Amino acid sequence: MELLDGNLELKEIQNLQGHTDRVWSIAWNPATAAADVPAVFASCSGDKTVRIWEASPSTRSWDCKAVLEETHTRTVRSCAWSPSGKLLATASFDATTAIWENVGGDFECVSTLEGHENEVKSVSWNASGSLLATCGRDRTVWIWEVMPGNEFECIEVLQGHTQDVKMVQWHPTMDILFSCSYDNTVKVWWSEDAEGDWSCVQTLGESSNGHSSTIWSLAFNAKGDKLVTSSDDLTLKIWEADIVRMQSGDGYAPWNHLCTLSGYHDRTIFSVHWSREGIIASGAADDAIRLFVESKDGLMNGPSYQLLLKKEKAHDMDVNSVQWFPGEKRLLASGSDDGAIKIWELETLPG
Amino acid sequence: MTLGLINANPVVHAKKERVARTEDPHGDDAVDPLEIYDFVRDIRDPEHPYSLEQLSVLSEESITVDEKLGRILITFTPTIQHCSMATVIGLCLRVKLKECFPPHFKVDIKVAPGSHADEKSVNKQLNDKERVAAALENPNLRQLVDECLYSNEL
Repeated sequence: MELLDGNLELKEIQNLQGHTDRVWSIAWNPATAAADVPAVFASCSGDKTVRIWEASPSTRSWDCKAVLEETHTRTVRSCAWSPSGKLLATASFDATTAIWENVGGDFECVSTLEGHENEVKSVSWNASGSLLATCGRDRTVWIWEVMPGNEFECIEVLQGHTQDVKMVQWHPTMDILFSCSYDNTVKVWWSEDAEGDWSCVQTLGESSNGHSSTIWSLAFNAKGDKLVTSSDDLTLKIWEADIVRMQSGDGYAPWNHLCTLSGYHDRTIFSVHWSREGIIASGAADDAIRLFVESKDGLMNGPSYQLLLKKEKAHDMDVNSVQWFPGEKRLLASGSDDGAIKIWELETLPG
Repeated sequence: MTLGLINANPVVHAKKERVARTEDPHGDDAVDPLEIYDFVRDIRDPEHPYSLEQLSVLSEESITVDEKLGRILITFTPTIQHCSMATVIGLCLRVKLKECFPPHFKVDIKVAPGSHADEKSVNKQLNDKERVAAALENPNLRQLVDECLYSNEL
């Protein structure tokens, strides 16, 4: 496999300053993945603002195009673009989720979702953009239906987690919702039919070979048949499911533990993201970024994973978010407690 | 917040003799645990008008530094097993250290083994930086922390 043969390097392309407090999350606008469109991403921070960054076609470097301020009154913890790229959802410690629309270059807050009792920690859109999910310290996961005219209706408040819910993420192709928590579990939420109630159809806990401490982040591979989770227990875990069976309408197909990557991190892993090509990036509290790929070992039963490279001191402080660019170029964005955002390119070294 | 004091009769110790130290926390690269101790020993207890040192919540042995890894570990002993102020003390320590020490040092804060009934759960909360950040954005909690840190300067 080409990735393992070459001599790869994560080269720093740009160091973006602007936020005046830690950067918690970064999200690339999926509609800007095409080669002829300037790449855009959003970042959110403890400084209560969200910044929109756009690549300039001439200089090929990113500039801050907009600062979304004076809306959230506390840390903005997470941001997510709708699949069409037209809307941006931002989740805040102020217990609200704001929905922003790009109206002729200016971002306007077109809706505010209220309901969580305290800090909202994450927001995610489903693949079609018809549903939104949020979660928070109040231990609940909320599902919102997107209605015409930028209206949002809460259709479900899911109880089940026994502690703070750190992140929610929709499956890339199906309407299955995943949440991970301070209670050391990942929960899978599903509704059997369009009218039906959502319920927790699976819990990935310690008894299913799961994590032994807070799970901070989860991500899917492009195909949606594998999931990676990152934890305070210093491991990454890979899970898989028979997606084909599920897509054929044969009922719920459970997720099973495939592999645990331990011994690579010695501090909490805050973020994990899977590229289209299958490279797993992790951002951790030791200021480093690590990349992992599947190794076709031949000796093991099935796939195992290996460290591709480790970028020490990627930032001066904890790395809170790593996000692969959704387009062709092998770009990675990272955000840190040091307030900086860095853009990296994965390059093959000559020779 | 409970109305009565959690521990109405704490044991108070005399203040220890101070060794004069030069005022240069960021001066050299070496981080001396005693230097860190100097910054935290006078933090006031959230409930009583005494310092954490006087209540034996902290002592010189509370601080360990791993220079090579760039880590500081602070272990403190709440005055009683069911101390609900443990998380507040932890917050005070974090805020004080952030002020005094270069950010590249990683700080872990724990209760001394066996000193608290919910040791594991308190330690988990004290070291979840998202929880710490959210707590410090709570104005009431922030005020309490500020009182513990700065009341000596009044």
